[in-house]
Amino acid sequence: MSAVRTGTPRGLRALRSVRAAQRGLGYLALTLLALAMIYPYIWSITASFKTDRQIYNGNPLDLVPRPLIFANYVRAWTVVPFGRFLANSFFLSTLVPLIALSVSTLAGYSFARLRFRGRDAIFMALLGVMMLPGHITLIPNYVLMRYLHWINTYLALIIPPAFGSGTVFNTFFMRQYFLSIPKELEDAATIDGCSTLGVFTRIILPNSKPALAALAIISFKGEWNAFLWPLVVINSMKMMPIQVGLSYFQGNIGSSWGVLLAGSTLAIAPLIVVFLFFQRYFVSSMLTSGLAGK
Amino acid sequence: MSARVSKLARREALTGWLFILPLLAGVTIFTYAAVAYSAEISLTRWDLLTPAKFVGLENYANIFQDTDFRDCFLNTLFFVVTMVPLGIVCSMGLAIALNRRLKGLSFYRSAFYLPSITSTVAVGMVWLWIFNPDQGVLNAFLRLVGMANPPRWLESVIWAKPALVILRLWQASGYYMLMYLAGLQGIPAELYEAAELDGASAWGKIRHITVPLLSNTTFFVSTLLTIEAFNIFEAIYVMTKGSPGGSTNTLLYYIYTRAFQSSPPRMGYAAAMAWVLFVILFVVTLLQFGVRRKQEEVGL
Repeated sequence: MSAVRTGTPRGLRALRSVRAAQRGLGYLALTLLALAMIYPYIWSITASFKTDRQIYNGNPLDLVPRPLIFANYVRAWTVVPFGRFLANSFFLSTLVPLIALSVSTLAGYSFARLRFRGRDAIFMALLGVMMLPGHITLIPNYVLMRYLHWINTYLALIIPPAFGSGTVFNTFFMRQYFLSIPKELEDAATIDGCSTLGVFTRIILPNSKPALAALAIISFKGEWNAFLWPLVVINSMKMMPIQVGLSYFQGNIGSSWGVLLAGSTLAIAPLIVVFLFFQRYFVSSMLTSGLAGK
Repeated sequence: MSARVSKLARREALTGWLFILPLLAGVTIFTYAAVAYSAEISLTRWDLLTPAKFVGLENYANIFQDTDFRDCFLNTLFFVVTMVPLGIVCSMGLAIALNRRLKGLSFYRSAFYLPSITSTVAVGMVWLWIFNPDQGVLNAFLRLVGMANPPRWLESVIWAKPALVILRLWQASGYYMLMYLAGLQGIPAELYEAAELDGASAWGKIRHITVPLLSNTTFFVSTLLTIEAFNIFEAIYVMTKGSPGGSTNTLLYYIYTRAFQSSPPRMGYAAAMAWVLFVILFVVTLLQFGVRRKQEEVGL
């Protein structure tokens, strides 16, 4: 190694071209791997515009629909109310995170800054909730929904998820974030006669936009992909969010591959669009907290 | 003056309680009370139509004689012992590959991360097609590289579980890769420079610097992967329904079918199984923490 480094210009040039070749191979390998990772999406999306005859031709690299048809989407859209599924999911994926974030931001601020007896004990007890696997509360909460006559209602899709372990995680996340905001800012506002609520809305919230954005985007994703709970509490098609509707479609409508993949594409596309727009927040929240999501 | 201070402190305490009240109320109902209620249900026989009948520990006794439960436990265990190490290797590998000055870094990172944000229900269809033994991409590829009789994947008792492991690795690796990327940022570059001066190879640097210094992240990732593997559900529901021959029936899927898909529903039995799964997970997590402490004692 060191012999080459101090050697002739020709040795240096040889080393450089070896390095360049290595780099090139590295890029090639990474690019192939990346294409393999997104291949299922590419295949699924292109196949949803293909005729079944083309789908079955057995050539995995035949990715251009010939002819390009929309019949699969028309059919998927008419056999089940996909529009309704998507509307339900957009509604839930906005409202549930909104409630969850309001609840957890208030609580997170209280745990970070306000002093009262029992605060830290309650905080520890809440952390325990994050360790609890979700399946343990599935059956009792389902029974509770039946008792309240909330089966097949939006209430069942909104209230329990808005107070689930995800919300506890958000509280923890926001508390850590609030602790990183300099306390002098708040003290100055208090001296100027600001109330606690005023400090919270005028100082704390405007300074927490990155954290709130990261949590909002992750909660949106979580709610968009929610499956087991809605599966259990909803059985009327009108109320189904997209994942449950899609699985109902897959399981009960005997249909062709093209139509099934058109359905999958309808469920994936909105999330991929959101991801591409807000990528920065997805990645930064993961890198800073090392935990968010799921 | 002191009266004023105590009045302010009282106000602060009151505001503090008001701010945590919504969260506390919600968690008390939907978690604390639910956990207690779940324990109560697990001591009964209950079909939801007639009143629950108290049967003591009968459900728990039955679990240990239920061969279906044993099979589901072994299937779940298969997912845990394969997904956890393979998940660690894949996600750490991806992170190491991306942890350098690369053109188009964000493209690669997004491509690897994307599968972890799309739902299993939606990608399940494509993967059914990929695993299709006759027309699927995977076997087309395997035949291309010379395998005459590639596995019949989801139709085969032996290969159905590995197929689901492949799907879950595709989904999860990018997510844990981000955690490893965060961990890699904490390793000082001087360590690698010093190793290079000593003539260490690329592999040597990974083995003696990167892997040991990532052990905190690895511990964290392995804990999360374990929980995830124990709770595998959606892939089963969408792709196999536990078939072929019960070879992909897992604990959570079994609990779900007993509570919500059998007639009459067996709520008590399902709740008892949920508790057994919880205890298993708890013990495994404790073991992991114990191992981690041992590792830390020897300076890892």
